[in-house]
Amino acid sequence: MRVSTAYGSRPSGGGFETFSWYFFRISGVLLIFLAIFHLFLNHVATDVSCTSYQLISIRYENPFWRLYDWLLLTLALLHGMNGLRIVVDDYVRTRGWRLTLQSAVGIVTLVFFLLGTITLITFHPVVGALGPNCIK
Amino acid sequence: MATLSIQATAEDDPYSIHLPPQESRVVMYKGQSGMWSWLLHRITGLGILLFLLIHIVDISLLGFGPQIYNEGIALFSLTIVRVLSLALIGGLLYHSFNGVRIMLIDFWPKGARYQGAMFVVVMILTIVCFLPMAYFVIAPAFGINPGNMASGM
Repeated sequence: MRVSTAYGSRPSGGGFETFSWYFFRISGVLLIFLAIFHLFLNHVATDVSCTSYQLISIRYENPFWRLYDWLLLTLALLHGMNGLRIVVDDYVRTRGWRLTLQSAVGIVTLVFFLLGTITLITFHPVVGALGPNCIK
Repeated sequence: MATLSIQATAEDDPYSIHLPPQESRVVMYKGQSGMWSWLLHRITGLGILLFLLIHIVDISLLGFGPQIYNEGIALFSLTIVRVLSLALIGGLLYHSFNGVRIMLIDFWPKGARYQGAMFVVVMILTIVCFLPMAYFVIAPAFGINPGNMASGM
């Protein structure tokens, strides 16, 4: 049983778990703003049916939005997959499955980071064929 | 004795099991508000992560040109997917606000004392922010145009 120190528990001793603990909090603060504004932009300011190829083409002319989306991608993926790593650590009891699933978490993180990053960097609109404004 | 041998294994091998002794596991969770906030935080986190992975794939359709990308995005207009979007928005708002609550418990000297009251504030903020956003997301499913059906920026 933990005796209260008034503060919550905090990792000690350095190493990866301490880094992970601080990363959750730092990325979390940034993600609150990045993710909620992202939701507002694509579900409230314009309906999701209007986040068409045409809208993305116009938006991605400005490198700010590519950077914004890349930052959101990177922080959300690392924050979320680090959470999944801890869930696996909590619930998976056999050694073989722990090794397998922890490796899968690492591989999925890398693959989806590359897929998202490549999409953001290589996107070049097909000029003259941007498609409709909003999708009916 | 058993505890000692378990800890020794855990140190040697990060993939081995390192559980507390059986007696302390039995009394760990008694179902206070802290447990429910923790459970909700974990479930919403996993749900948001699942959506994120799907979202990275649907955005990658951009590379296949306007027609294929737009066909993918059209799925988000389906009523069932709009309902799932509501779950995403509610989950993201809860996870955000409860994340702030966790950090206040970590860094604010009085955080642990007020964690129960802060949980109530988290739930109120989640509902208050959810309702207007939910209206914009679900209205088109009922044929109502909430005024955001033409792309701006």
